[in-house]
Amino acid sequence: MKGATLTDLKRTPLYALNEELGGKMVPFAGWEMPVQFAPGVMKEHLHTRAACGLFDVSHMGQVILRGAGAAEALEALVPVDIAGLKPGRQRYALFTNDAGGILDDLMVANYGDRLLLVVNAANAEADIAHMRRAGLEIEPLEDRALLAVQGPAAEAVLEAATGAVPARFMDVAEVETSYGDLWISRSGYTGEDGFEVSVPASQAEAFAAKLLSHEACEPIGLGARDSLRLEAGLPLHGHDIDEGTTPVEAALTFALSKARRPGGARAGGYPGAEIIAAQLEHGPERLRTGLLPEGRAPMREGVQLFASEAATESAGAITSGAFAPSLQRPVAMGYLPTELAKPGTQITAELRGKRMPLACAPMPFQPSTYKR
Amino acid sequence: MKFTEDHEWLRPEDDLIVVGITEHASTQLGDVVFVELPELETQVAKGDEVVVIESVKAASDIVAPLDGEIVAVNDALTDNPALVNEDPMGEAWFFKIKPADMAEYDAYMDEDAYQDLIS
Repeated sequence: MKGATLTDLKRTPLYALNEELGGKMVPFAGWEMPVQFAPGVMKEHLHTRAACGLFDVSHMGQVILRGAGAAEALEALVPVDIAGLKPGRQRYALFTNDAGGILDDLMVANYGDRLLLVVNAANAEADIAHMRRAGLEIEPLEDRALLAVQGPAAEAVLEAATGAVPARFMDVAEVETSYGDLWISRSGYTGEDGFEVSVPASQAEAFAAKLLSHEACEPIGLGARDSLRLEAGLPLHGHDIDEGTTPVEAALTFALSKARRPGGARAGGYPGAEIIAAQLEHGPERLRTGLLPEGRAPMREGVQLFASEAATESAGAITSGAFAPSLQRPVAMGYLPTELAKPGTQITAELRGKRMPLACAPMPFQPSTYKR
Repeated sequence: MKFTEDHEWLRPEDDLIVVGITEHASTQLGDVVFVELPELETQVAKGDEVVVIESVKAASDIVAPLDGEIVAVNDALTDNPALVNEDPMGEAWFFKIKPADMAEYDAYMDEDAYQDLIS
């Protein structure tokens, strides 16, 4: 991290605890965050899959949207059924632009009297400006931390601290505890069963310490968060999805609600709706796909993909790639022409001047264990 | 034994130099998952990238510390890259080089100077 200045970076309410726990702090999206703790990315990753990992994700933006018409107003920005989102439920959503590209991906939870939006740290400022321009009356929250508790022991760990947890994947609940008013969703970004907990900043350290006092729970850095989400096939905004990729190209059609698709009760009415509708009907020209490199060499973001050994023109590129700790092999995702982006298609990648074989593969690479 | 600013260690063995990376470098890299070794009998120049190391975090290179010829590589690393983390100063040597000029070796840092560099 030579030359990186940490002075202008924001710190989360768990900064002191992260340091005390031995977190190696690095700049990330304008924040000073732990990339790893003493065990390192590999062991932290495996611990999360085997027991329970605690992640400080307080850098992510939390935004409240209230009042009559809040859901309808948000629907003008996302291709998702927000009006039909029941109290106690959460849904994955996307802010689109006029070209159908993805400005950001986010979670929207209905807490009855309000919607809670959780957006990516790197895009939080732009998202807030985008919503305000659209006339949404939003309250960005500066006084709450966000903790992710992930893994097969997450339920036991969280329940020991809170006494109650939401019952199934994408349920949300507000729970009064000695750590204040907690807003808990049963979700995360690791492919594991788990939770994200919004906690008052003043209580965050005590709450995190309580979670970590459970023998199954260890602190996990952003490094393992990235390898966990990659194994789970989950896209990272700014890498696998961005303003130049549509939800259809990104293989995120599950997020396009029926009510907002052509023929739906509230079809269209969001930026880029016509382009996305046309891609749904005719299919996209390119598609995000899983990729399995042969051999052990990881293939990372930016590696160019070719239809064949002989092909000289790049057919696409890897957008995320790493060695997958749970699978003990390299995995990647990237974009290819739709006719190539089918499981089993053999292609090649150019790695350090050499052509190396890899194959398209379905995602997730690591089966998810959400409690449905 | 001598050390380079690129965190390599060099150990003389008869008329050869054995090359590895330091404990400090292996800790900084994190878990090593892939090692690509050079071909035997390759002629290398000082500063050439001769080994690729991939950790869970990133790819890095090991450069040739001297002009010379690669005369042995440690194939054990190809099968078990984690050896780089387990025993960086011992079992996890990368290659042996026959230097064109042994005097180049003498110019490198001793252990005290290297400890000063990383402290």
